[in-house]
Order: sequence, then structure tokens, then C-alpha cells
Amino acid sequence: MTTDASTIDSIDPGQPEHSDTVAIQAFGFWIYLMTDLVLFAAIFATYAVLGQNYAGGPTGKDLFDLPYAFVETMFLLFSSATCGLVMLAMYKGRKGWVLTGLAVTFLLGLGFIAMEINEFYHMILDGNGPERSAFLSAFFTLVGTHGAHVIFGLIWMAVMMGQVAVKGFTTPVQSRLMRLSMFWHFLDIVWIGLFTFVYLMGVM
Amino acid sequence: MEQPQIDGAGAGRGSFKSYGTGFLLSIVLTVIPFALVMSGALPRSAIVFGLLGAAIVQMMVHLHYFLHLDASSAARWNLLALAFTLLIMFIFVGGSIWIMFNLNYRMM
Amino acid sequence: MFGKLSLSAIPYESPITMGAVGGAMLLGVLILALITYFRKWPYLWKEWLTSLDPKRIGIMYIILALVMLLRGFSDAILMRSQQVLAVGASQGFLPPDHFNQIFGAHGSIMIVFMAMPFLAGLMNIVIPQQIGSRDVAFPFLNAVSLWLTVAGAILVMVSLGVGEFSKAGWSGYAPLTERQYSPGTGVDYWIWSFQIAGAASLMSGINFLVTILKMRAPGMKLMRMPMFVWTTLVTNVLMIFAFPVLTVALFLLTLDRYLGMHFFTNELGGNMMMYTNLFWIWGHPEVYIVILPAFGIFSEVVATFSGKRLFGYTSLVYATVAIMVLSFCVWLHHFFTMGASPNVNIVFGISTMMIAVPTGVKIFNWLFTMYRGRIRFTTPMYWTLAFISTFAIGGMTGVLLSVPPADYVLHNSLFLIAHFHNMLIPGTLFGFFAGYAYWFPKAIGFPLNEKWGKRAFWCWLIGFYLAFIPLYVLGFMGMPRRMQHFENPAWHPYLIIAAVGSAVIALGILFQMIQLLVSIRERHANRDLTGDPWDGRTLEWSTASPPAVYNFAEIPVVHDIDAFWDRKEKGVAYKQPERYHDIQMPMNTSKGLLIGVFTFLFGFAMVWSIWWLAILGALGMIFMVIARACDDDTEYVISTAEVAKIENERYRQLRT
Repeated sequence: MTTDASTIDSIDPGQPEHSDTVAIQAFGFWIYLMTDLVLFAAIFATYAVLGQNYAGGPTGKDLFDLPYAFVETMFLLFSSATCGLVMLAMYKGRKGWVLTGLAVTFLLGLGFIAMEINEFYHMILDGNGPERSAFLSAFFTLVGTHGAHVIFGLIWMAVMMGQVAVKGFTTPVQSRLMRLSMFWHFLDIVWIGLFTFVYLMGVM
Repeated sequence: MEQPQIDGAGAGRGSFKSYGTGFLLSIVLTVIPFALVMSGALPRSAIVFGLLGAAIVQMMVHLHYFLHLDASSAARWNLLALAFTLLIMFIFVGGSIWIMFNLNYRMM
Repeated sequence: MFGKLSLSAIPYESPITMGAVGGAMLLGVLILALITYFRKWPYLWKEWLTSLDPKRIGIMYIILALVMLLRGFSDAILMRSQQVLAVGASQGFLPPDHFNQIFGAHGSIMIVFMAMPFLAGLMNIVIPQQIGSRDVAFPFLNAVSLWLTVAGAILVMVSLGVGEFSKAGWSGYAPLTERQYSPGTGVDYWIWSFQIAGAASLMSGINFLVTILKMRAPGMKLMRMPMFVWTTLVTNVLMIFAFPVLTVALFLLTLDRYLGMHFFTNELGGNMMMYTNLFWIWGHPEVYIVILPAFGIFSEVVATFSGKRLFGYTSLVYATVAIMVLSFCVWLHHFFTMGASPNVNIVFGISTMMIAVPTGVKIFNWLFTMYRGRIRFTTPMYWTLAFISTFAIGGMTGVLLSVPPADYVLHNSLFLIAHFHNMLIPGTLFGFFAGYAYWFPKAIGFPLNEKWGKRAFWCWLIGFYLAFIPLYVLGFMGMPRRMQHFENPAWHPYLIIAAVGSAVIALGILFQMIQLLVSIRERHANRDLTGDPWDGRTLEWSTASPPAVYNFAEIPVVHDIDAFWDRKEKGVAYKQPERYHDIQMPMNTSKGLLIGVFTFLFGFAMVWSIWWLAILGALGMIFMVIARACDDDTEYVISTAEVAKIENERYRQLRT
């Protein structure tokens, strides 16, 4: 029986149709990350436009502590690295390593957030909160939005630790871990832009 | 316990070496800009170029070593989506800066 | 305990408002009572409210859109009536405060709660079938999008009876929308309803983009997709990139209002022009989001009812993609007069002129499709023919407005209002009405009555011309938009004609309601037994009307454009497959609806500063998402025997 491709009218699905569900989920999540990039771009544009409106208040030079920002950056970068190791452990099916790795990543991320909250807290105590000037509104919002994303990532991480512990490496669990790691790396990329344009440029 | 069944289709896969390389490159690309600014060793315009360059390269390092973005057929739509997003970001951010600085000059 | 909410929030002093609220509540109670009396709650819950079937979700979106069309249109009638009466000594019957809320509600509802749900609904019903798929990429996310949109719409409806709506128009410019100048809850209702609906649209954009790129039937290359799929694809790209900017604009305004920040305030470094900039970076793509699906519908309708393949498919695709890129490059034309230099203005003026070209290409392609075709004058074709001629007028006025010096004279005059209604009504709305008539039999199982459809059409067309051509004249005469009262008697005759036009449109809407009732009454005699009432060309016409939940028992393989026509020509259109297989489909879930409920509570609480309720709403949303993520039991299997039974019944019906 000749089966010229042009005469085939329908497929016989020997394979279950959902074999590419994981790829579709990953791609959909990538598109969501693209929308998040545009979100940050809009806030970033606002920071670029309003970033010099000090209203007689403090500037970046007055406020930003570069060594402090460097340590924060290291927390996030190290957590990105441990997140990568978690994925390697997942592909090898090592549940214990994954749980440990997620816990370490979580703590590093929590360290980043703790430092950021501390920085914000002291600025607000000194009267340099977001209502002081447009520059400060933009600063708190840009850096704070990134921080809020990190917090959501931490919540997600905690849920995943629970899922891995209880369900093990089912296909949906692995797919979610993959998307979580995409999210986590993405947040580090956004942070590169932030520490460069807000902290480093702001101090010069 | 189930063995992993997925192969990271669509998001690629890494190795210890690739994550390690990416991590080390990122550290270097972070230390350089911080050092440039904190030491003030170069003239301002040179520092700015250095910051921009380091940032762009480190973002590419992350995209390649951590997010496994490359020109392979599995990642083609991802790459295209990112390229289009960058174009849009350039139009939005660049356009906003151009428009707003122009308006500021004439209206404020 | 209740934040700023108290009994004084109810607008007792406005009899019109209280009447509207009373009427709406009576209608609502009546509907609930009828459902209870006929014992339909279990049916409603199982088949509709918890469904993840895009065909069901699409119908619910369209029901929402049609209801909100009535609400938005009643705002229009009120405005036309007021402007006919309020000249010289008379103040009309709507005080400025009330009138200002009405024009804001009219625009907000028509764009965000009528046009967006309508297009989402048509996409949901049609796209999976047109690409030969069983479902969308993310069925649960799809349901969440629907229920979030409903939550936003209910928030707007509630604002009528509890508090007020925004008096700052649908675009919400700062600093008027800052707390200092709008201390009430109106702007907050506007912000949260838009924010919630915007999130829903963003999710839809991601969903349909992935669906179209990744779930097409084998053989359906991009250049073999139906034109409606192409325009939907581009629409979703626009949604994905534009909506985050709206989210940011509204979010920054929210921070100003709630936390005293200074993004768009007058003092401490704020820049109100940045709001305008951000809003229109979203706002311009938004208008292309609502028009492109209509272009796609017209392409489908013209090809089907000319009995010919669409002319110039490739150029149509390129034109659509050109519109996609250009629509991100024109946004400043919404604020030529804000004070940018001539250099800035002319760059955006030129890009705006350029964007008229691909639309022109499309018009020629539709005309050439009809040329030498065997045209059938059905209701969808009527809408299409009216669109082609009338939309061209609006397009030309758009090119006129794109010239910055001309816009300096006409900006914010009724000329502008006439222009964009000339795009939105003959363009978007006629397109959606054509799609509604075209795909109604597929979705519901019987067609809409042609006679009443055509009567409604004529009322809409004549009514549109009467209501809006005078506004072009008034714009040239210098009448601004949004006027609650005016002194110049020379404007009055034109406003009378416009009011008559709105009354004719009202008749058209009445005829559409009659059409629905008559069609339902005559449904048994007119049942669509083949699934292909129009002798269609694309794959959705190969399924039953309404289709089985899985759409296709066997995924078709595509060899050409107009895949179903191709199969008809090869004689394999209705070939029954030899074997069937188990089919896996998503199970119903109430979590989408519950997320909508929690989001509504969150939005309402944020409006009234009821912080404990806001936290509860937010936690509820998050909890539902986590619960869904931990749920392993989300799909069910339709057995081979069950599939065979459904298909055998279908083929038995085809043979009769």
C-alpha cells in the first residue's frame, strides 16, 4: 500500500497526544517571561524618565551602598547556581539532592530579600521613603517589583519542596521545577539590569 | 520512585561544566563593574561603557548557560520571541525617553 | 471594619441611577428565580460554570459581551439625549458629575468589557477547531481568564449602585485621577476593573499564541492557516506586549493614590505626561487588538460567501504582520498636542500614515475575492459589505488626523469621536456581529433568523451614519468632546440628527434581541444537521454543530489552505475513520470560578480600603492556584466505545 503523504487524511495516534505537554508548558512559560520583561521595561522607562527628579531630596549617590549591593548580588547569583544544580540532580532522579538544593536556593533567596527589606526599612526610617520624591517612588517601585517577584518565587519554591517530598518526580512535578528554574534565572537577569542601571549608574 | 521522563524539551539541558562556567563568568562580570565604579579608576564615559558591556555580556551568559538558549531548532521560537521582545523594549524604553525628554524640555 | 464603605455610598439622590440599579437587580433576581424554578442549577454548574471547554467558555464570553453592550449602549443613549436637551438655558437632565461618569463608563465598558470579551469568545469557539486541535494549550488558564473578566465587569456594574464610577474618562489621565483631584472611589473602580480584566487578557494572549504555534494539526504550516487564525495570532502578539504596559501605568497610578508616591503628581518631581505616554503605549495596540480579529472574520466570510478562495493570501499575511509591527510605533499620535517638538510629532505622524497602507491592501484583497465570485447575500455578508465601504471613510479621517497640524485643530473635538467610532462600529462591532451570525450555528446547533438579522443590520447601518456623520461636521465647527452642556445653537440641529441615529441603533438592538428569541423558538425546524450550514471552507465546518467535546475524533492532516474545501474536492470530507481511540480531555473544575470570586472580593475591598477583605481575597486567589497545582486528577478519558458511539450518531445524522 503506497502512502504518499499527500493522500493521508488523518493521523493514527499511536502515541498519546499529550507527549509534548511539557514542551508546550515550557514554551508558554517562556512567553510569560517575555511579558514580564516588557513589564520591567515599562517600569524601567519610568525610572529613566523620573530618575533625576530628586525634589530637593537625596540622590542615588547619597543613598546607595555599593558593597551592600554587591553582597545582595552574590546572594542571588549563588542561588541561581544552586538552582542549576537542582535541575542536574532532578535529571539524575536524586530526590535528596533536589530537596537540599531547593532549601539552599531558598535560603540564599531569602537572604537577598532580607537585605533588600533591610535597605528599604532604613531608607524609610530616615525619611527617604517612596513618597519623598519621584526618584524615590521610581526606585522603590522598580527594585520592589523585582523583590516581589523573588518573594513569589520563594513561595513557589516552598510549594515545590512539598510536592517533591510528597509526590516524587512525577512528570508534572518535573515540569514545574523546570519552569521554576527558568523563573529564577530570569529574575537574576533582571537583577543584572537593576544593579547596573540603578545602583552603579546611580552612584556615579 | 519514577525516573525523570522529560528531557527538558523546549528548555534545553545543562551539565555541571556549563553551569559552572556560567557561574564563574557571572562572578567575574559582576566584580568588574563594581570595581570600576568603586575605584573610579577610569574616566566616566569609559566606566559607563564598561558597565553596559559587562551587563550585556553577563545577561547573554545567563541566557546561554543557565537558560540554555541557543540556535537549535527546539529553541528557535524562544529565540525569536526574545528577539522580538528586545525590539519592543527598545521601542518602548527608547521611545519613552526620547518623547519625555523632548516634552520636558518644551513643557516643564 | 468596612473601610470607607457605608450606606451613604448608595446614590439615593440620583433617581436615574437608582432606577437603573433597581431595574438591574430586578432582572437579576428574575433570572436567578427562573433558573431555580426550572431546577437548572446542577446543569448550569456542571455544563457551564465549571467547564474548561473553550467552546463553552467562548459562549459565556459572548453572553458577557452582549450584556455589557446593552449597558454601554444605554450610556450612549443617555449622552445623546443629554446633548439634545442641554443647550443654552437648559441644563438637560444629567448634572455634570453624573454625565462625566457616564462617558467614562461608556468607553471603559465598550472597549474592555464588550469588545475584548467578544473577541475572546469568538477565538475560544473557533480557533481550536480551525487549527484542527481538540483544545487550547492551557485549558485551566483559559477558564481563569474568563472568570477574571467577569469579576472586572461585575466590579463596573457594582459601581453604579455602590459609590460612583470614574469621572476622568476611559483613559484616566493624571493628575485628574490622582487622589487630590479625584478623592472618591470612582477612579479606584476604574483602576481595579481594568487591572483585573487586563491580567485576564494577558493570560489569554499567552494561551492562544502557544495554542496556534504549537497545536496545529499535522500539515497545517503557518502559510496554510485560515486568515482568522493569522489575525488571531497577531492579535495575541499585540496583547502579550501591550498589556504589561497598561498594568504598569495603572499600578504606578495606584501607588500614587494609595501610598502617596509621586509618579504622576504635580509636586515632588512627578510627571503627569509620563502617564499619558504609558497609557497610549498600551492604548494604541489595544485598538488594533480589537480590529484585527474583525479583519480575520471578514476574510473568512468574504471567501465563504463568494464561493472562492481568499485573494492574495500571502499579501494578507504580510499586511497583518506589518500592522503588528507598526502598531507599536504610532502611539504618540494620541497626544500630538501635549507639546512635543515638530520633529517628534512628524515621526509618529508618518508612521501613522504608513499603517493605513496594509489595511488598504486588505480591502483590495477582499474586493478581489468577491470579483467573479458567486456571492450569497447572507447576514454576515451584509455586515461585511457595509464594513468595507464605511470603514474606508473612517480610515481616511484617520489619515487626516495623522497630520499633526490638522490634529492640533481637531484633537478632542467631535471629529475625533466620529473617527474612532467610525473604526470601532463598522469595523470591530460589525465584524463581531458578522462572526456572531456566521459561527452561531456551529456553536449552538441552529442558525440565527436571517430576516430579523437583516432588519437589525439596516438599523445599525442607517443609525450609525445618522449618529456619527453629524459629529464630523460638529468637529469642524469646533465642538469639543465630553460636553454636558453647550451654548452654541448652531450645533443643535446636528445633535438632534445624532440622537435620532442612536434611536435607530436602539431599534437595531431590539431587532437583534427579537432575532435571538425567534431563532430559539424555531430551532427544531432549523437544526443544523451537517455541521456545515454555509458550505464552508475551513476545518471548523467539518465538525458537528455543536461539536463533540473533543472536536475531532481523528485529528485531520492538512494539505492546503482552506483545508476542509480541499477535503471536499478530494472526496474525503466525510470519510468515517476505520478505528477510534481513547481521548483524554480536561476535567471540570470550580477553581477558575473561585479565583474569579476571590479576585472580585479583592478588587472591591481595594476600592473601599477594606484591608482585611483585600488580604483574604489575595490569599484566596493564591491558595486556589496552589491547590490546582497540587491536583493530580485533572483529566478524564473518553473511551473508544464512547467516541465511536458519538461519531456513529454524527454520521447517521449526516446520512439523513
